[in-house]
Amino acid sequence: MTESVITCSNVSKIFGPNPAQHLADMKANPGLSSAGYVYAVRDVNLEVRRGEMLVVMGLSGSGKSTLVRCLSRLIEITGGSVTVEGRDIASLSEPELIDLRRRKMGMVFQSFGLLPNRSVLENVAFPLEMRGQDRATRYARAREMLDLVGLKGREDYFPRELSGGQQQRVGIARSLAVEPDIWFLDEPFSALDPLIRREMQDEFLRLKGMMNKTIIFITHDFDEALRLADRIAIMKDGRIEQCDTPDQIVLHPATDYVAKFTAEIDRARVVHIGSLVRPLSGPASGEPVAAQRTIRDLARQLVSDNRSQIPVADAEGKIIGSVLRQEALDVLLGDGR
Amino acid sequence: MAVKAWHVTTAKLLLALAVALMIAKVILPPELIRPPEWLVLPFADWINAAFYFLQNDLGLMSLTRAFSDVVEWLLNVTANLLYGKSRWPNIGPIPWGVIAATAFMAGYALKGWRLGVLSGGTFVWIALMGQWQWAMETLSVIVVAAPFSVSLGLTVGVLAWRSQRFERILNPILNIAQSLPHFAYMIPVVVFIGVGPKAGAIVTIIFSVPPMIHMTLLGLKKVPDEVIEAGKMCGATRWQLLTRVRIPTARAEILIGVNQVIMQCLAMVVLASFIGMPGLGQKLLQLLQSLKIGLSVEIGVTIVLLAVTLDRLSKAWALRLPAHDVPSPRWIDRNRLLVIWLALCAAAFVLAQIFPYFLEVERKQALSVAGPIDSLMDHLIRLIAPVTAWLRWFLITWVLIPMRDAYLWLPFTAVLMLLAAVGWAIGGLHSAAICVAYFGLIALSGWWDRAMITVYMVSISVFVAALIGLPLGIWAARNTARSARILLICDTAQTFPSFIYLIPVIMLFGVNDVAVVAAVVVFAAVPIVRYTIEGLRNVPPELIEAADMGGATRRQVLWHVRLPMALPTMLVGANQSVMFSLFMVIIAAFIGTQDLGQEMQRALSSTDVGKGLVLGFAVAFMGLMTDHLITRWSEDRKRALGI
Ligand SMILES: Nc1ncnc2c1ncn2[C@@H]1O[C@H](COP(=O)(O)OP(=O)(O)O)[C@@H](O)[C@H]1O
Ligand SMILES: [Mg+2]
Repeated sequence: MTESVITCSNVSKIFGPNPAQHLADMKANPGLSSAGYVYAVRDVNLEVRRGEMLVVMGLSGSGKSTLVRCLSRLIEITGGSVTVEGRDIASLSEPELIDLRRRKMGMVFQSFGLLPNRSVLENVAFPLEMRGQDRATRYARAREMLDLVGLKGREDYFPRELSGGQQQRVGIARSLAVEPDIWFLDEPFSALDPLIRREMQDEFLRLKGMMNKTIIFITHDFDEALRLADRIAIMKDGRIEQCDTPDQIVLHPATDYVAKFTAEIDRARVVHIGSLVRPLSGPASGEPVAAQRTIRDLARQLVSDNRSQIPVADAEGKIIGSVLRQEALDVLLGDGR
Repeated sequence: MAVKAWHVTTAKLLLALAVALMIAKVILPPELIRPPEWLVLPFADWINAAFYFLQNDLGLMSLTRAFSDVVEWLLNVTANLLYGKSRWPNIGPIPWGVIAATAFMAGYALKGWRLGVLSGGTFVWIALMGQWQWAMETLSVIVVAAPFSVSLGLTVGVLAWRSQRFERILNPILNIAQSLPHFAYMIPVVVFIGVGPKAGAIVTIIFSVPPMIHMTLLGLKKVPDEVIEAGKMCGATRWQLLTRVRIPTARAEILIGVNQVIMQCLAMVVLASFIGMPGLGQKLLQLLQSLKIGLSVEIGVTIVLLAVTLDRLSKAWALRLPAHDVPSPRWIDRNRLLVIWLALCAAAFVLAQIFPYFLEVERKQALSVAGPIDSLMDHLIRLIAPVTAWLRWFLITWVLIPMRDAYLWLPFTAVLMLLAAVGWAIGGLHSAAICVAYFGLIALSGWWDRAMITVYMVSISVFVAALIGLPLGIWAARNTARSARILLICDTAQTFPSFIYLIPVIMLFGVNDVAVVAAVVVFAAVPIVRYTIEGLRNVPPELIEAADMGGATRRQVLWHVRLPMALPTMLVGANQSVMFSLFMVIIAAFIGTQDLGQEMQRALSSTDVGKGLVLGFAVAFMGLMTDHLITRWSEDRKRALGI
């Protein structure tokens, strides 16, 4: 297994007048009334692996933003611990924390968080300015980043002169300027209208393909999550209900909530052949199908094929097992829910 | 609802008690009619003792002297540059053409040629009218005082934003400071610094700091969370976060604070003529006292122009939105404004070297419209004299004097009960206690009669102002273009230093109570008109459409939909109106009233800090009480209307 970059154990964040005391009281006496307190995040255990893209999703108010802000220590957690690259971030001193953010982390915000009185170029160069880089170097780097997100020629504009989609590109360029290892995106596209959102998702996938980063991406849009995620964590009332691959989430929802959440999804689009693979029982016959294809991709073949077991091959073409045609058809036709 | 009903019952009981006290006045013991001797506390002596201690035992005197020396040195520098006072650096005066050109370019760069012409034209007018020296005396103080106030206000604002405890201590102090009349600031300054330009500058600094603190705090609090979080994620330290994220993002609010500082400075510097500050204010004061109407109008126009120019320039700066320039390869294209400015200045310099007229306009070369104005006014006054004389007589004998006598006739206990009743009706026990506490303190100060005269002048002025302002506002709000026009007039009128309002009324009514009331009425009507228009124009159109669909007539819509919805906003106007009239009544004291203002003038001339501050606090308490009641009421209305 690849190493984990961020580890959360029993992370809780409570808002209220005296949260730490309240948490302790609740441990001692679980029946206590928690009037006046908001459990934004409760007992979250999570591991984010290097290079993976974890999508956190849930309805609004479910604690997604609070959770990532705990991971970057933008807010102090009430209980539990967050470890980033092996170090408990609660124990970092202020200079160490600043250093960590300057070198390792980047974040993109829902409403962009751009500095209104700085030009696009100065906004993107801002994290480099904080690091103390000289003007020429940081502007050169900022220009490079703006090219990357397709904003060449807009360097001297001010945020208010740009459209929402363009502003979010500035936000993305800024968060990438320091080449962070860990990239947080808090609903980066939800303030944009649907057409631009689609375009930005494609743009994002292009960027993601170009670099190898650990990404924590928040959204409340399941389609968006499915398009992007390696793993999805579904949150409800501050808890993580399930954290798994999209296939597993739609095939084996851990709770009723997750099941309801995924009920409207066309599972055939999500589930890959690979996740239905069973060990070979008997000799494989005929042409294998590729594990990374979705059921929807293979719909035609599944319907017309008359084998009951179809062999499955991985990316290199090696046979890794087989899939029961009936099972795949069930997924395709939406049976067995 | 039950609570409300209970409030009303209690209020009625208190009202009945007040009426009973009035009816029974003849049989009341004198202690219930006026605060008895033994109840009057020697606040003034206590304050004097405290000041004596600060001044002599704490060595604060040397500190203030040191500070005032710095200010004086800066004043001398600006005085040399602006009007050639022979002090270091001895290079002044800058020719008036250069300053006018600079003002023009500033206006042009900020908002286009219209503002350019206004600001450049103001300085040309000042020069040609031969008022350069006075105007520059006034301006040199603003140039020194405003940066001090801005940096002081910014620092205190940041500190208050950082520490909630400090903010909690600061807030009531700011509230009192903003309701203390101008003179209350002058007296302590005279004690510590003496009279003259230095004292004028320092009182100006102190007086103009509160709005800056207020706006800084407001701006810093309004910075969106995500912008700050973005700054943090970029690895900004606390200091970087403050200086490069928070303060720049709060730019608009902070610059509005600067605008308010400048306007407060101008208002104060004009009034500081009472403590020997030379300049436009002093000239105006002398001319008004000797009833030279034409010349005072000229000065008045200058002050108004200066006020409008400073206001428009600083507002244009504050409200300027960042925009990119089309990049241009040629240096001269990129720095077009700079080049034009330098060229204009150079031309003005050369002109000044060749023709002395362009260096300084001598008194005898100056234009003047005083003669024509005087003769015109003479005609006019002769024409309307019968009307004004009758009006004056009527108002004095049938309105003002009876009202004043009525206010003075009231037993102070009845007034306290009355206020308690009003307070209770509006905000229950809490508000009633606040009202009684504020006015109880006034009673304890021993200035009850004077205070009642001030109350009488303010209440009649605000009443008349509302009689004029409400219909005017309702009329203006009926149509968009008209309301925009009237709002512009109101905004402009609000930038004038209060002193200016005295010129026309003295012209018409001479020096008496009627003139004071008239000046206060005009001054107090402005916010009423303004907020009435704003309140009515901001009523959601759906509501009016719904009423129209329901078949309501225009009058019904006005009475049942628009006015109730606009009431909370209109109350803000009423609040400001009371504040303004309190200030104005006190300022107008020098044309002869018998209220707290007159006593304050006496305290000023005998530098009696204790008395001056007691009087100042008495005025502040009236303001704070009204503010409390109106704010409370307006919030209740808002909650009831769900806005
Ligand atoms: N600063 C705060 N103070 C009090 N409650 C908060 C604060 N921030 C968030 N909350 C509460 O925490 C819960 C989770 O909020 P959030 O993490 O923003 O949800 P999401 O991002 O999933 O929409 C919400 O109920 C919200 O009201
Ligand atoms: Mg959120």
